Amino acid sequence: MLDVQRRALLISLGIAALALAAPFVVHPVLAMQILCFGLFAAAFNLLAGYLGLISFGHAAFFGAGAYVSGYAVKAWQFPTELGILAGTATAGILGILFGHLAVRRQGVYFAMITLALSQLVYFIFHQAPFTGGEDGMAGIPRGFLFGFIPLSNNLVMYAFVLAIVAAALAVIYRTVYSPFGTVLQAIRDNEPRAISLGYDVARFKLLAFTLSATLTGLAGATKAIVFQFASQSDILWSTSGTPVLASLIGGIGTLPGPVIGAAVMVMMENLLAGLGEWVFFAQGAIFVLVVMFFRSGIYGEIVAYSEKRQQRKPTPIAGVTGTNTSIAHEKNRVGSPVG
Amino acid sequence: MSIFGVPIQALASQLLLGIVNGSFYAILSLGLSIIFGMLHIANFVHGAQYMMGAFVAWAALNYFGISYWWSLALAPLIMFVAGIVIEVVFLRRLYDLDHFYGLLMTFGLLLMIESLFRKGFGSTGMAYPNPLPGGINLGFMFMPYYRAWVVLASVILCLGTWFVIEKTKLGSYLRAATENPDLVLAFGINVPRLLTLTYGFGIALAGLAGAMAAPIQNVSPTMGSHLVIVIFAVVVIGGLGSIVGSIVAGYTLGIIEGLTKVFFAPASSTVIFLVMVLVLLTRPAGLFGQQR
Repeated sequence: MLDVQRRALLISLGIAALALAAPFVVHPVLAMQILCFGLFAAAFNLLAGYLGLISFGHAAFFGAGAYVSGYAVKAWQFPTELGILAGTATAGILGILFGHLAVRRQGVYFAMITLALSQLVYFIFHQAPFTGGEDGMAGIPRGFLFGFIPLSNNLVMYAFVLAIVAAALAVIYRTVYSPFGTVLQAIRDNEPRAISLGYDVARFKLLAFTLSATLTGLAGATKAIVFQFASQSDILWSTSGTPVLASLIGGIGTLPGPVIGAAVMVMMENLLAGLGEWVFFAQGAIFVLVVMFFRSGIYGEIVAYSEKRQQRKPTPIAGVTGTNTSIAHEKNRVGSPVG
Repeated sequence: MSIFGVPIQALASQLLLGIVNGSFYAILSLGLSIIFGMLHIANFVHGAQYMMGAFVAWAALNYFGISYWWSLALAPLIMFVAGIVIEVVFLRRLYDLDHFYGLLMTFGLLLMIESLFRKGFGSTGMAYPNPLPGGINLGFMFMPYYRAWVVLASVILCLGTWFVIEKTKLGSYLRAATENPDLVLAFGINVPRLLTLTYGFGIALAGLAGAMAAPIQNVSPTMGSHLVIVIFAVVVIGGLGSIVGSIVAGYTLGIIEGLTKVFFAPASSTVIFLVMVLVLLTRPAGLFGQQR
């Protein structure tokens, strides 16, 4: 166990160093984009990886967060923090409504229902006069943090975004390792058993869904402030594929995986930006390749590799090797780290 | 003459438009439902395959001078082959995995196919000449021949498919394999081949729908991308895997959508999703589905 803890500490130190160095290595706006999409993917993964419910409608929360926070800051002159909060809350309320309908079904049905609901939200936002329709909502002011620190400075903005995303990721971490998170994973692995143990499965699912939607809204709201722009593409159905692909690339059902995957995706999009249409082609091809050959994702492969190496070493006490047998049984299920 | 303040001509022509749209919903959700029933794959590329069918018709006419009526055979044939290739190369490996990987895989294929077509043909779209110009004045409305043909053809297609699946030997194999593939395999029926053919058939239906849509819709790379989401909603409403459910829900929702255009136009793009919400609240398994 000590080994696992030491490894976790090392990893978190590494991540912290990386996060602090990022705005000096790549353009700060790119780094902020990675953070926002990382949170987007991590929020999606909370649901997909730890509850086994894969939503294809998270663009609705991302876009709603972006539009509402943008409008609150731009039209109502809300302070930036309050604007982000407004967007996040809107996404949370949407999440309760979506969740109420969607958690009635599982699996592919769940994905199709969330997709259809998000398309409903897309049309509502598209027709609403305040969103600017096709043109989107531009010129959202970044404003001042605490009323006096100018966020127009990219490094200051980066620190602010980093704080938000780190706090949100901490919430996800705490959730996964709380008794609540354990119940979620029990539902994922064997729902009838969780029901027979007396858990109100529907309520757990609804809570997890709402939390995931809220954090997705936070990511969208932050993104709108960073780019000073909210547009159709934030809420379009194809955006719902982004966190799915990011989680898959990084490793679904792992904590760092989605953020890693989002970083890979944002960097790739950035590199391929000049190729226009080919970006979508590359995304599609990666989807296909990852599903065919690489289902455990980057982080999942790293974990599998290091576990294999540990097993080769002589173990002092039997049974403390760190391999999780319940995961091995569920290897073909979405959301398990080993594929 | 008018109903609720709407002239009957306008009402009737929107109703017809709704039935025409419903015909496409029915054919597409039928294919989606059959594929899901057998392969347990929610075929996200269905809309793209419909688009490809329309492009086959368009290309056949423009490059080879093949007429619309031949395209009605050519488009489903080519798409049938394309479906088989997709099943053999991509989908076959996913049957032992969580069903969701099928959705992801087909989503990836959708992104690839659509971007290739946008690259090749732009996104503005091309016109396809109407093979049956003109129409007949029914007194209360004008009925274009082509739309009447589409409705007629789709009804025949849906009934034919229903008949094959519910009333023939081949259909009984299909239904049995849906229930218990291992047992059917043990009886000596080649279930993997059945799966391949089922996917090919579902895609052929989508391709045929695309060829039929070419003269009414702009043939464009994105013509199927919103449609597939609507079809998902239709299938959820009808009950996933239910053939009758898909057909009935397809036509009904087309009509509801058409009527919404008359009475409250801004809601016409959302009404199908709103109906889905209502159905989920009252019958979570869909109108004709069985809760499992």
